[in-house]
Amino acid sequence: MPGAQERILRRRIGSVQNTKKITRAMELIAATRVVKAQQRANEARPYAEHITQVIQDLSAAGAEVDHPLLRPVDEVRKVGVVVLAADRGLAGAYNSNVIKTAEREVQAARSEGREFALVTVGRKAKGYFSFRHYDLAASFEGFSENPDFEDAVAVAARVVDLFIEGGCDRIDLVYTKFISMGSQEVVVRRFLPLEDSATIAEAGDETATAGFEFEPSASAVLETLLPRYVESRLFAALLDAAASELANRQRAMKSATDNAQELIVKLTRKMNQVRQDAITTEIMEIIGGAEALSDDKTDPEELILSHLDSDPFPPLTTHGVGGHHAGPDQT
Amino acid sequence: MPLLVELVSPERIAYSGEAKMVICRTTTGDIAFLPGHVPFIGVLATHPVRVQLDEGGEIVIAVHQGFVEVSPPDEDGATRVTILSDVAELADDIDAERARTAKERAEEALRTDPDDPEARAALVRAEVRLSVVGANA
Repeated sequence: MPGAQERILRRRIGSVQNTKKITRAMELIAATRVVKAQQRANEARPYAEHITQVIQDLSAAGAEVDHPLLRPVDEVRKVGVVVLAADRGLAGAYNSNVIKTAEREVQAARSEGREFALVTVGRKAKGYFSFRHYDLAASFEGFSENPDFEDAVAVAARVVDLFIEGGCDRIDLVYTKFISMGSQEVVVRRFLPLEDSATIAEAGDETATAGFEFEPSASAVLETLLPRYVESRLFAALLDAAASELANRQRAMKSATDNAQELIVKLTRKMNQVRQDAITTEIMEIIGGAEALSDDKTDPEELILSHLDSDPFPPLTTHGVGGHHAGPDQT
Repeated sequence: MPLLVELVSPERIAYSGEAKMVICRTTTGDIAFLPGHVPFIGVLATHPVRVQLDEGGEIVIAVHQGFVEVSPPDEDGATRVTILSDVAELADDIDAERARTAKERAEEALRTDPDDPEARAALVRAEVRLSVVGANA
């Protein structure tokens, strides 16, 4: 019979092994998805670039428009904070990093005597803030890993509404920027009001040429273009956040798998030791017993041999017996 | 002097290739672009965009609002027409059945409330989709 301790260890090894299988699977899933997410972020780039290009051309043509999205801020009384976090956990410090940064933003606004409005994307952010009784102006969930453009449009609509109708004088966007597979960084970006079109234009490459024709007019084009620009910026942030989430999850699951492996090795060693101890104790008990019974045999070595020959051990379970005949080396 | 056409949606580049002529409808009316067209930026209406290919034939794309930009000729003298649209669908991507039911639904909604702007927009979208599918069939 394996000892009680040995049985417990065996069971633990089994459970760690199962956990390892799960984390390994999650790691592989995250790895394939992060590639896809990166690809989507790349595919979305031409649109954002073209929109910036068009704004640049418009600005070169001297389009001016008094659009509410461009309304400059004199005094910021109310700040909107948009947090992009994940729907699911098991992504290392991904959620807590971005959420903590957002909370700091909110606290900063509060300590400066400003009001704030909080918009969360992702179930984890919503859970965190509603648990702490923050007022949520809006929350979105269900697409953090794989955002569609429609999702970006929905979020952007709400955020723009907060800015124009909700009295927010500034909207900040807190999300995790995807720099590379190995590095992601939480950033706080001003989302609204937009810089004027000249500033946006400077962000693009310098190939602006005048001489464009506009239909219906430069200002009208700019006016319809700005909301699209907002959406495309938010979409880019969502895609970045999704890629970061998956990269973080992959890393977290990789280290979980490694830890599980390490734990298995450790526990197996422990289990073997315990097993051998039990065997040794058992042998000692038998020898002691035999010695007490047979007084006529004085040579202890002879005693063991005759004991082994004449009276085999009662059948033990399959494992743990092996050491007996080979001769225990750790008695 | 080729005419390069690119159809860019927020999620990806839906189409890119050379063409003979591009015909689309802006909010103020139809306009066609030939190679060497003057630089132009326009706001598109919900309407099919027709791309006539060099080797004959025509691609029709359902565009639900967006922008069209004709860039000045680049070094090779190529004129680049870029169509930016939230929703741009090639005929193959359109589910005709779904468009038909959407059309019926929108018509139904308009009967009860003829001023419902959402239903009106939905009707236009469905009609554009159907006309694109029809044109390519």
